[in-house]
Amino acid sequence: MLGSDAILRSLEHEGVDVAFGIPGGAILPTYDAIARGTSVRHVLARHEQGAGHMAEGYARASGKVGVAIATSGPGATNLVTAIADAWMDSTPLVCITGQVRSNLIGTDAFQEVDITGITMPIVKHSWLVQDVEELPSVMKAAFHVARTGRQGPVLVDVAKDVQEAEIDFAYPDDVDLPGWKPPRKVHPRQVREAALAIAAAQRPIVYAGGGVLNAEACAELRELVDAARLPAVVTLMGKGCLPDSHPLNYGPPGMHGSKYANWALNKADLVIAVGTRFDDRVTGKVSAFAPGAKVIHFDIDAAEVGKIRHADIPVVGPLKLALAQLTAELRSLAAEHPQVHGPWLRQVEDWREQFPFRYAKQDGILKPQTAVEMLRDLSAGLEEDVVWTTGVGQHQMWAMQYLVCDKPRSFITSGGLGTMGYGVPAAVGVKAARPDATVVCIDGDGCFQMTCQELATAALERLPIITVVINNGWLGMVRQWQEMFYDERFGQTHLTHAVPDYAQLAEAYGCAGFTAETEGELEAALAGAFGAGRSAVVDVRCDPEEKCFPMVPAGAAAVDILEAPEPETEFVG
Amino acid sequence: MSTHTISVRLENKPGALARVSQLFSRRGYNIQSLAVGPTERSDISRLTLRVDCSEHSLEQIEKQMHKLVNVLRVTELRPDDSLERELALITVAVAPDKRADLVALSQVAGAVVADIGRDAITFEVVGRPDQVEAFEELVRPYGVRELVRTGRIGLRRPSRAATPSERN
Repeated sequence: MLGSDAILRSLEHEGVDVAFGIPGGAILPTYDAIARGTSVRHVLARHEQGAGHMAEGYARASGKVGVAIATSGPGATNLVTAIADAWMDSTPLVCITGQVRSNLIGTDAFQEVDITGITMPIVKHSWLVQDVEELPSVMKAAFHVARTGRQGPVLVDVAKDVQEAEIDFAYPDDVDLPGWKPPRKVHPRQVREAALAIAAAQRPIVYAGGGVLNAEACAELRELVDAARLPAVVTLMGKGCLPDSHPLNYGPPGMHGSKYANWALNKADLVIAVGTRFDDRVTGKVSAFAPGAKVIHFDIDAAEVGKIRHADIPVVGPLKLALAQLTAELRSLAAEHPQVHGPWLRQVEDWREQFPFRYAKQDGILKPQTAVEMLRDLSAGLEEDVVWTTGVGQHQMWAMQYLVCDKPRSFITSGGLGTMGYGVPAAVGVKAARPDATVVCIDGDGCFQMTCQELATAALERLPIITVVINNGWLGMVRQWQEMFYDERFGQTHLTHAVPDYAQLAEAYGCAGFTAETEGELEAALAGAFGAGRSAVVDVRCDPEEKCFPMVPAGAAAVDILEAPEPETEFVG
Repeated sequence: MSTHTISVRLENKPGALARVSQLFSRRGYNIQSLAVGPTERSDISRLTLRVDCSEHSLEQIEKQMHKLVNVLRVTELRPDDSLERELALITVAVAPDKRADLVALSQVAGAVVADIGRDAITFEVVGRPDQVEAFEELVRPYGVRELVRTGRIGLRRPSRAATPSERN
C-alpha cells in the first residue's frame, strides 16, 4: 500500500472514528486515501483552526484522542492556535500535516513552513516523517504520547512523497520511546502522609481541576469528598468533575469565582490540589493565596508540582490510583482520627449563603446572566444529556457561574489559552463524539465572529448544535476592564448589536436563526432552537453594560475579590 | 542564584537539541555554556549545560527536561563528585622578541602551542575550567586577539558514584 493508506490504517488501528480537517496540496495523497475508503469519518471544516478546535471538542467530550488533518504552510499554521489551546488545557490531539516533498524541504518551496519548528514549544512531541518505513511506528508513538502521562497535542508532519511511497504495512504492537516514562504508580508513603495531613486538618479544602477529568478520576474524587466530608472548589477546567449540585462542591475559585470559594481557599489550613496547576486566574497574587495552608499536590506531571506553589506533600502519579489509595488510607485512619473540621464546614456553608453569585435584574433590560439561567433551567428539563461549550470572556464566566454540570465532560471550554472562537467548532466536535447529547455553545458576539464559518460544517455534516450568542454588542470582557481600569476609554471594543444580523447569518449557513431582546422573546427563541431539529443560532441581544462579578482585579489577592456594586436604582431602562 | 552543571543524555535524533534549547529560552533560563557530542553509544548524545539559576529553577529545569520525549536522563553534576573539563584555543599577540618568554610561560601552565605566526601564537589549553581560566588571565596582559572555549563537559566520578542500591 501507499504511505497515505498507512496513515489511514494507523488511525483505524488506534480506534479513531472521526477526524477533522481540510485538504490541500501537500496532504492530497492522504485525502485520496480517504476517498479510496476508510472507516474513519472525515468531517470537512471550513478553516483549519476550526478543525483543530473540533478535534479538541471531540477529545474533551469523549476522552479519546482527537485527530486534525491539514495541509502544509497556511493549513498547518492555521492549526497552531488549536494546538496551543490543547497544550494549555492538556487535551490529547494528534495533528497530521502534509509537508512539501523531501527534496524541497528547506528550500522555501510553495506552501512550505517549518511547522515542527513553529509548534515546538506547544507540543508534547512532533515528528517530521521523511521515510515511509517510519510512518507506522511514528503514528503509534504519536497516539501513545498524546494520551499517556499528562495528555496533550502532538504533531506528525508527513512529506508528500512519503504519502505516495510504497510500504509493506504492519502496525507495531509496542512503542519504542526510551525517553518517555510517565509515572504509572504513586508513592504509598506520600499518600499516607497526605491522609495523615487531611485527618488532622481543621480547615481542609479540595482544589480540583481539569486533570481529574483527563484522568477519569471523577468517581474517585467524589468518594474522597464524601468519605472525608471535604469541601471542594472546582476550577473552570474541572467543572463537572464533581457534580455541581453536590452539597460539598463550592464551585469555581479565582478571578470570577465566588467569594466563598476564594475565601475558603484563603482561610484553609490544608489545600488538597488535585489535577490543577495554580493558574494565575485562580490564585491571584500568589504570595497571598492560601497563605496559612499546607499544600498537598496530586498531579501526573511532576513539573507542575512546586512550579507556582511549594507542595508540602507532593504526590506524583495517576490521579485515579492516587485518590483511591488516599480514600482507603483515610478510611483506615477514621477510627483513631475523629473529624475535627465540622466548624469549618459550617463556616464555608455560611459564606455560601451570605455571598451567592448574584446580579441585579432591571426592568426592560435583558441581562446576560438571565439568559444563562434560562438555559440552565431549560436543560434541567431535558431527558437527554446536555454538553456545553463556550467561547472566552464574560459569557464564559457567566456560564461557569450559573450552569449546573453534574456529569463529567459536560462543560467544554478554553481555559489556559483563552481562545476566543473556541465554542462553535468545539461544539461541532462534541456533537461528533456525542450524537446522543444536545450540544449547546454559549458564545459571545466577539467570539462567534471569529469561527462562525463552522456553522456550515455543522449544517452540512449533520452535526446539529445550538449556539446561543450572548450579544452585548461589545468585546465585553475587554470593555469591562476598560470601564474599571482604563478610565472608561472604550477603545476599539464596540462591535454593535446589529451587524451582522446573527439570525440571518445562521439562515445563510443553513441553520435556524432566532433573535431575542426580552425574556419572553428569549423563551420562545430557545424553544424554537431546541426544537429546530437542525443547527440553530439564538441572538440574545442583551445589556451591553453588564459586568461580570465578583472579580479579583489582576494581581490582587484573591481574598480581596470585588462584589458587584449595588445596582443604581434610579436607572430604569 | 548560583551556577549549576547539568548533564543530559539525549537520543541522537533530528531536532532533539533544538527541543532542549527552546525549552531553556521558552522558560527564561539562561545558558552560560552548552557542549554537545557523541557518547559510548552512537544513538545517544550527551549535553553538558552550565546554567545560572536558583535551586527552585534548577528543579523546574530538570522536571521540564524529563518531559521531553528525546531526553533519556537529566543529572546535576555537583563539583564534589564529578569531573569537569574544558578546552580553549587562545590566540595571543606577541612581538618576536617576547615569543620565547610567552612559550616558556605557557609550558609551565600546561598549555600547548598549536600554531605560531609572525606576530601571534595560538595556544591550546585543556583542563579543569579553573585552570583554563587561570591561563586566560595569565596571557591576557600580552593581548588576547581571539579566544574560543568549548564550554565544559563533565561526567560523574566513578570513585564517587552511588552504589547500585543507592541509585534506586
